[in-house]
Amino acid sequence: MGRIVLVTGVSRYLGGKLAAHLAADPGVDRVIGVDVVAPTMTLDGVDFVRADIRSPVIAKVLGEAEVDTVVHMGVLATPRQAGGRSAMKEINVIGTMQLLAACQKTPSIESFIVKSTSSVYGCGPKDPAMFTEETEPRHTPTSGWAKDSVEVEGYVRGFSRRRPDVCVTTFRFANFIGPVVRTPMTAYYGLPVVPTVMGFDARLQFVHEDDGLESLRHAVHARKPGTFNVAGDGVITLSQSIRRMGKKQLSVPQFMFSTIGRNLSRTGVVDFSPEQIRFMTYGRVLDTSDYTATFDHRLRYSTPDAFADFAHRDESALSEVPNA
Amino acid sequence: MPDDSLTPSKAARLVGNTGPQPHEVIPDEQIIDDRDLSQFISDRLAGKYEVDDFGFDPELTDKVLMQALRPMYRKWFRVETSGLDNVPDVGGALVVGNHSGTIALDALMTQVALLDDHPARRHLRMLAANLVFETPFVGELARKAGHTLACQPDAERLLNSGEIVGVWPEGFKGTGKPFSERYKLQRFGRGGFVAAALRTRTPIIPTAVIGAEETYPMIGNAKGLARLLGFPYFPITPTFPWLGPLGLVPLPSKWMIHFCEPIPTDGYPENAADDPMLVFNLTDQVRETIQTTIYDLLVKRNSVFG
Repeated sequence: MGRIVLVTGVSRYLGGKLAAHLAADPGVDRVIGVDVVAPTMTLDGVDFVRADIRSPVIAKVLGEAEVDTVVHMGVLATPRQAGGRSAMKEINVIGTMQLLAACQKTPSIESFIVKSTSSVYGCGPKDPAMFTEETEPRHTPTSGWAKDSVEVEGYVRGFSRRRPDVCVTTFRFANFIGPVVRTPMTAYYGLPVVPTVMGFDARLQFVHEDDGLESLRHAVHARKPGTFNVAGDGVITLSQSIRRMGKKQLSVPQFMFSTIGRNLSRTGVVDFSPEQIRFMTYGRVLDTSDYTATFDHRLRYSTPDAFADFAHRDESALSEVPNA
Repeated sequence: MPDDSLTPSKAARLVGNTGPQPHEVIPDEQIIDDRDLSQFISDRLAGKYEVDDFGFDPELTDKVLMQALRPMYRKWFRVETSGLDNVPDVGGALVVGNHSGTIALDALMTQVALLDDHPARRHLRMLAANLVFETPFVGELARKAGHTLACQPDAERLLNSGEIVGVWPEGFKGTGKPFSERYKLQRFGRGGFVAAALRTRTPIIPTAVIGAEETYPMIGNAKGLARLLGFPYFPITPTFPWLGPLGLVPLPSKWMIHFCEPIPTDGYPENAADDPMLVFNLTDQVRETIQTTIYDLLVKRNSVFG
């Protein structure tokens, strides 16, 4: 018998793509997609349920469909998607708590997978060159998506203690990139002149959108508990990536960078949280050997390859694509 | 790596039809002809180069950063390097050196020595203080030159991947000591470097550098100013800050670098790194070796500027 999977956050690009990807998988019997708004993309083979994970409705959906696997893709990266920072925090943290509460009450649940982010490590000058899953954050994130993700991971750990029979898998992804996905990082690269922090050249890693979704599909089948870093091999520096796009770079002193970032955020073009600015100053590189060994899966795209697949896409053709 | 193939312009130079010959013979590897140079620049501007996980950019390091240090190594300090056969051609090793001279020129000269004078042209990957990575430009260049934060995970990761890792356990205590204490080794930290070598079973190569002590003889330390600027010390030398930017020019002292016989670490039991007594003993052994070698080199050197 195949799996019955519930995916949250399917109205956004990655959630929707994953749901469709799983629906096409012969090893999966049924995919239920959940979100508060209807998806704009067509989700072939996905049973869409319009529900707020912050409401008890979700428990009913889980129980009636006898869901065995939940993939939580519903943690938002930017306040703009939620309509403000407090709404974002509510969706991310309270939403996750409600979802976990519903899962705890549903006996059919065997596996819970959460898409988290490597930004839970924070970043700064005192960090080792590469983060393993055990690396203790020396610069803990204090705001935004990264802080929400730290809290989300905390609640997920609590859930795994209360339901030790459920296989809980947490993926800490590097930034998603690729020919279609739209994130704050891709919006940043879309600026006519790309501002960087003077005197710093962040080391960056990306995960190709196809690889990221494929790794989540692997997790649905493999059921390996634990926390894993997921990123394309290798490193690209910020200045190098801008050069490879053939764009102009504008070095801005550190203290002015946050002012520029704030103003750009206000125009709604890009989202520059303080966390994002730290990331663009110091960067972050992950040790992914644990993922590769446990899931026996090598990502198809290295970081430079994933970036190359993104670098020359046509932004204007993608305006209809929902955010990641 | 230098290109050994016969490029058209090199071939032309060999048959002698390129007009006037240079008076001074320049080693081939230092010549980048115009065509290579424009190719190099356009590749750099297009981002066509590789960096490793640490941000190390070997092309930039070999062709630009080290190129800037080479005249200092050859002409200004006239560095005499010995014991290079103690550094393996392949595989990891931990180079442990003495530290002096207010700024880490000794570390940089050791890097040039291993790249240019070692037959296998080894890159030295240094472990540096976090102050380096907090500082704009300095941190960026350090990463590109292959250096990383002095911490156990990074040291072990580099040693395990077969790199030559450089560490200066005296840290700021070494570079910031007054001139009157020159050539006296300071305390050697907590022996973290020995633990890293033990865990990765890589040899330790004690390395002595003389000459760096006289580059910026530190006769005073403006502690208040240092605290204000967030520096570990603020050096006062006979020329700095009195002569302004001119005071930044290091005195042309005569340098010698000696790589001592490696201390093997593969003969110890599995959990040797957790044995504090062994770690302290090995730390002392490394320190003693460097101190004795410094005295030997000082005897060999004719004079400070000789």
